[in-house]
Amino acid sequence: MNIQVRKLRKNFGQHKAVDDITLEFPAGELTALLGPSGCGKTTLLRIIAGLEQAEAGEVWLDGEEVSARDVRDRKVGFVFQHYALFRHMSVFENIAFGLRVKPRRERPAETAIRRKVYDLLELVQLEKFAAHLPAQLSGGQRQRVALARALAVEPKVLLLDEPFGALDAKVRKELRAWLRRLHDELHMTSLFVTHDQEEALDLADQVVLMNRGRVEQSGTPAELYAAPASPFVYSFLGSSALFEGRAGAAALEVGAHSLPLAHDLPAGTPAVACVRAHDLGLARPRERAGGLPATVRRVLNFGLVARVELDLAGSGKRVEVDLPRAECAELAPAPGETLLVEARAARAFALA
Amino acid sequence: MSAAVLRPPAVLPGFAPALGLTLVYLCLIVLIPLAAVFAKTAGMGWQAFVDAVAAPRVVASYQLSFGSALLAAAINAAFGLLVAWVLTRYEFPGRRIADALVDLPFALPTAVAGIALAAVYAPQGWLGRWFDAAGIKVAYTPLGVLVALTFIGLPFVVRTVQPVLQELEKDVEEAAANLGAGRLQIFLRVIFPQLAPALLTGFALAFARAVGEYGSVIFIAGNMPMVSEITPLIIITKLEQYDYAGATAVAVVMLLASFALLLAINALQAWQARRGGRAPARAGH
Repeated sequence: MNIQVRKLRKNFGQHKAVDDITLEFPAGELTALLGPSGCGKTTLLRIIAGLEQAEAGEVWLDGEEVSARDVRDRKVGFVFQHYALFRHMSVFENIAFGLRVKPRRERPAETAIRRKVYDLLELVQLEKFAAHLPAQLSGGQRQRVALARALAVEPKVLLLDEPFGALDAKVRKELRAWLRRLHDELHMTSLFVTHDQEEALDLADQVVLMNRGRVEQSGTPAELYAAPASPFVYSFLGSSALFEGRAGAAALEVGAHSLPLAHDLPAGTPAVACVRAHDLGLARPRERAGGLPATVRRVLNFGLVARVELDLAGSGKRVEVDLPRAECAELAPAPGETLLVEARAARAFALA
Repeated sequence: MSAAVLRPPAVLPGFAPALGLTLVYLCLIVLIPLAAVFAKTAGMGWQAFVDAVAAPRVVASYQLSFGSALLAAAINAAFGLLVAWVLTRYEFPGRRIADALVDLPFALPTAVAGIALAAVYAPQGWLGRWFDAAGIKVAYTPLGVLVALTFIGLPFVVRTVQPVLQELEKDVEEAAANLGAGRLQIFLRVIFPQLAPALLTGFALAFARAVGEYGSVIFIAGNMPMVSEITPLIIITKLEQYDYAGATAVAVVMLLASFALLLAINALQAWQARRGGRAPARAGH
C-alpha cells in the first residue's frame, strides 16, 4: 500500500516544522526520512500516523484521503522511539493489546489471540520472554516487543520513529540487519526516521533527506550519494569539505588563493565548492601553483585510507583529506607543515 | 582491606549502622509506645478486657469509626483521583492556587477544621441550611463524621497519585490509541492500572488517618452515644474517668483492626504487582 502526502504544512509557533511537503512513498519499500534534529522528519511521520494534525495538506493511504480520520482508524503501525510499552503488562499482554481492544464482533477468540501473539513472538525471537515485564528486557528486546505489538493488528503500513536511537552501537547494528531481513520477508510499506546517515544509506530502499521542514533531495541511497543536489546534501551525506568563495576561470577564488576546479558558473558569482574527502589531494607548495594553503594538524595513517586534518590558512577552517595510504607515506606530511589542498573532483553551487 | 572489598558498595554508610539506627528509631518512636498500650491492657484480665471492648456503646463506635473511615477513604480515592487528574492534565488560571489548597487539610489544626465544618454544616450554616431544606441533617449525625473524615483525608490521595500521573508518558497513550483503543479503554487498561498502586497507598493513608482522627470530628459529630460517637472519643472519655486500662483496651482493638486492614491493602498491592507478569502458555499445535 502506498503513502502520499501533498502540500503538507505544520507550524509549532513560529517554527515551520513541515513546510509544504509533497512526497510519494512507493508500496512495499523501506524509506528513510533522514535529516538533522528539528528538521521536521518526526512531525511528518506523526502526521501520517494521525498523532499530529497538519494545518494544511493531504495524507493519502492506499488511494484514500485520511486527514480527517482518527489515529485509531488509520491502520498504521507505529513504533515509538522510546518503545512506549505498557509497563504493567507482560510482553504477551503488550502484544495482545491491539487485539483485545477491538470491538467485540471483530475481536478474535482467546485461542486465536494466543496463536497470533506466539507467532509474533517467534518472529521477533522472544518466545521465552512472554511472561516478562518490559522492565526486565534489554533495550533491543523492548524495541522488538514494540515492533511485534505494532504488527499484531496487521497494519497496512509501518512507521518507525528513530527505531534504533536509544540503543548502543553494537545492538543497533544487529537490529538494523534484522529489521532489513524482516522487511524483505514481509514487504510492508515502511518509513523510518533517523538522523544517522549511515543507518539510512545502509538500510533503506529510498532516502528522503529533509532540512528545515523541507525536502532537500530524495532518491535511492546510490543516487543521493552520486549526485547530491545541494551543498546541504554534500555536508550531510558522506564526508565532504565545503569551500566558500567566488567563481573564477576554471577555479574558485578563496581570498587571495584559488582552488582549480571545473564549473559552469559565470565569473564573479559567489559560490560554494563541495569536495568529497577522498577527492581532495595534497601537494607541497613548490610543486604546484594552484590550491589552498593549509597547516597540517594531525595525520592518521591506518585503516583503509590515511586521514590528514588541516586548518585552512586565513579562515582557519578544519578540512579532512582522505589519501590512499601509499600516497600519504610518499608525501609524509608532518604536523605544523603548510601544504596545498587541491580538488580532483568537485561541484560548485552558486550561493543565493 | 579484604573486608572492605567484600562489602557491597552503597551510598549510605554501611549496612550494620543503618539497620541498627533504623531499628532503634522505630523502637523509640513506634514500638515501645505501642508495647506500653499492650502492657497496660494485659494487666486488666480477660473478663474485664471483654467487658471494656465489647460494650454495646463501644461496638457501635467501632462501626461508626471504621465504617465512616473506609467510606471517606473510598470517596477520597474517587474524587482525589479526579482532582489529581485535573491538576496535572489541564492548564487553567488559578491552577497553582488550587494545587496549594489541596494541602490545607494537612496544615490546619484539626480543631479549627472541626469548628469550621460544624459552623458551615450546622442547620443554620451556609451549606447546612440547604441540606436542612432538603431534609438532610449533616452536622451532629454520622453524616457529619463522614464529612470531617473526607475533609482530612483528601490530600493523601491527591499527593500520592499526582506524581505518578505526572510521570505517565504521553507516547504510551498515543501507542494505545494507535493500536485502536478508545478513550475509555485507554483509561481503564493503560492509565488506571499504572495509577492503582499509588491510589491504594493514598486510600490506605487516608483510611489510617481517618480512623485515628479526633479533633475535627468531635465538633461536627454531636457525639451521641450509639449514634455519632467515634472510638477515639470513647478512649478520651475513659481517660477522663481515670479508666486507663479500659482506654488502652479499646485502643488495642483499634490498633489490631487498623493493622489488619492495612496489611490486607498491602497484600492487595503485592497481588496486583504480580498479576502484570503473566502470559498464557502457547496453544498446542
